[in-house]
Amino acid sequence: MTHYYFDNAATTPMSPTVVTAMSQALADDFGNASSTHYFGRQSHHLLDQSRQVIANSIHAKTDEIIFTSGGTEGDNTAISGTAVSYREHGKHIITTQIEHPAVLKTMSFLEKLGYDITYLPVDEHGLVTAGQVKAALRPDTILVSIMTGNNEIGAIEPIAEIGAVLKNHQAIFHTDAVQAYGILDIDVQQMGVDLLSISGHKLHGPKGIGFLYMNEKVNLEPFMHGGEQEHLRRAGTENIPSIIGLAQAVKDLTPANKKAKREKLQSLKAILIADLKTNKVDFAINGPQPDQALPHVLNIWIKGLPSTLALMNLDLKGFAVSAGSACTAGSLEPSHVLTAITGDQDAPQISESLRVSFGDQNTEESVHLLAQAITEVTQDYLN
Amino acid sequence: MIYFDNSATTKIDPQVLQTYNTVANDFWGNPSSLHGLGDHALQLLQSARQQIADLVGCAANEIYFTSGGTEGDNWVIKGTAMAKREFGKHIIVSSVEHAAVLNSAAQLEKLGWEVTYVPVDNQGFVNPDDVAKAMRPDTVLVSVMAVNNEIGAIQPITEIGEILKNYPTVHFHVDAVQSVGKNLWSQVLPERVDFATFSAHKFHGPRGTGFIYAKKGRALGTLMSGGGQETNHRSGTENLPAIAAMSKALRLAVTDEAKKAQHELALKQQLVDFLSALPDITIFSPVTANFAPHILCFAIAGVRGETTVHALEAKDIYLSTTSACSSRSGDESSTLKAMKVPEKLATSAVRISLDDANTQAEVDQFIKVFPTIYQRFERMNGRA
Ligand SMILES: Cc1ncc(COP(=O)(O)O)c(C=O)c1O
Ligand SMILES: Cc1ncc(COP(=O)(O)O)c(C=O)c1O
Repeated sequence: MTHYYFDNAATTPMSPTVVTAMSQALADDFGNASSTHYFGRQSHHLLDQSRQVIANSIHAKTDEIIFTSGGTEGDNTAISGTAVSYREHGKHIITTQIEHPAVLKTMSFLEKLGYDITYLPVDEHGLVTAGQVKAALRPDTILVSIMTGNNEIGAIEPIAEIGAVLKNHQAIFHTDAVQAYGILDIDVQQMGVDLLSISGHKLHGPKGIGFLYMNEKVNLEPFMHGGEQEHLRRAGTENIPSIIGLAQAVKDLTPANKKAKREKLQSLKAILIADLKTNKVDFAINGPQPDQALPHVLNIWIKGLPSTLALMNLDLKGFAVSAGSACTAGSLEPSHVLTAITGDQDAPQISESLRVSFGDQNTEESVHLLAQAITEVTQDYLN
Repeated sequence: MIYFDNSATTKIDPQVLQTYNTVANDFWGNPSSLHGLGDHALQLLQSARQQIADLVGCAANEIYFTSGGTEGDNWVIKGTAMAKREFGKHIIVSSVEHAAVLNSAAQLEKLGWEVTYVPVDNQGFVNPDDVAKAMRPDTVLVSVMAVNNEIGAIQPITEIGEILKNYPTVHFHVDAVQSVGKNLWSQVLPERVDFATFSAHKFHGPRGTGFIYAKKGRALGTLMSGGGQETNHRSGTENLPAIAAMSKALRLAVTDEAKKAQHELALKQQLVDFLSALPDITIFSPVTANFAPHILCFAIAGVRGETTVHALEAKDIYLSTTSACSSRSGDESSTLKAMKVPEKLATSAVRISLDDANTQAEVDQFIKVFPTIYQRFERMNGRA
């Protein structure tokens, strides 16, 4: 049986260029970048080069990039780091109800420690407005954390507008761009963000590596304490092979490639929607209209079809999709994102929705097959 | 090329690299995903965990994957502090711990915890009695490393464990990063140890991955919050290729461990015999049972460590000034400082760190080229 992977928001396969770069780096490069001898200097040179490539990709300065072990660490570092380092300026934080758990769980941890968190609601498309942020701001607000693109429904938040609102306020502005970075053009200047987190494995790069953009004006207490790596901002022996793999994935994402990718993924999404309509599947789109969402994410409510059943039967037919995010670690907990956009924790779409997420390796042909499979599974169950 | 800097990092084993590549190509699914690809990934993740648990001698649910030694140390120290803050805010660490432990403790100090830094003697050893004396009713954690990364002293973990049997609720953490493949398991992980930290790149595994042993039933707060991976203890998409590669590396590392340690010790013995015969050289890592077989720290009086490192590098021999993570800033060794070695001598220290792949021929080569370098230093210091 052929297997088709439509779960690219959970993780992506490494691209061939990344595999080559990484295997080579794993085999050749074994210096500890902090060592002062030849191997160390060699590694350090590769580290600097990779950092440069990455900084350029978001219009940041080289020194503003800190390598992490992934999106979770980036989010934890940004949020806990700000909370600890700016605690004398206040203990109020603003976020949204639809953030990734790496943000939300860190927030609830801070709540236990006495911080005051405002969780902004979103509209039915999953969007917050700059006005909402403005209204929630207080003199003691030290952090605003709002994701660039949502992983379950693909909502793209108005980051630049929020950045403008925060321009004359003390609050540090963090955005989780884990889902958006591989797809949208990201410019930290234009977005007005101070902190931005990224994970390698969502962009056909390696797992266990990511980076945090930290504006040079921001000074955070490190999250990982130890050696003096990353200019004292993140301890731990530098994971050079993975950093090289990540830099390769970023090199492959030139603005032109990203544009082509957006167009391709958008058209795959359109094909799926058109086929499902043609096949008379009774469904609705959760979140933003498809052309307003992240091109790789489509979340659909198939009326009357339980997600667990759909997942299982699609899997049997060779199609990997998901219900919500992978990250609730193997469990099918009700999606907090769908709850937030429906405003009703008993809404039927919470248990009857599928997330299809597209990637480089998907073809039009495979999307037609997916539509066919969804149609069959739906009809088998409902008839 | 002679690589004598294996305590900084080791070269990945070709078989380990093979595992990494295979898993990256064939098992790239997210273990949390509910479809087949996720299932395969999950199965592989659990079999890597089981294999590591078997090698360590614990249960699979006592192994948690991390991004390396630094994360493990940070997690156990801060996680214990968080989990037990209602019971007390005092922790005890040795004064020769790795920076990952020392700086985590220092961070807690800033946030209102009290830290006792237990001293070491002039050989670099913690006296278990000092740990006993430092214990207080509000002590929640004792953290002492197994093998010191700068001089190779093997700390008296078993004896400290004996003392801690009288304090059954206090967490006992051992940074075991430098001890893998050295045939030291029983000394590093006696029964009383609750937590131990490991890092793959120190035993020919990939960088950016490691694990902790966490005894069942011991409360530990989370460091990385998020998606709830690792049974809700450590969030972040699992780095499966690296984890599978690490479990392979660990298996290879413990295979014939005694023989490998013996080989390293024999090489170290020759180096120590050779160096200690030269005037003006101080050896900090003698060949005795309480020093690890792979680490040899020594100093040439009056010659800065970097100078020695660079002179040997010109001969294609790579070693380091004490530990890699502080070597860029040129600080003196923190271990030697804690041993009260005079600053001048401490800044002269260099570290040879061996590995089972090092050969007799390499040691012979070192012994052949070293005298010329040494004579030059002696002349510069007006000693020859
Ligand atoms: C004793 C000890 N603990 C912890 C670490 C940190 O490990 P890592 O660099 O993998 O984070 C090291 C090595 O750098 C070490 O030697
Ligand atoms: C929006 C978002 N943030 C953060 C993460 C966490 O990234 P990682 O699992 O690489 O730590 C993910 C993916 O899991 C995500 O989709």
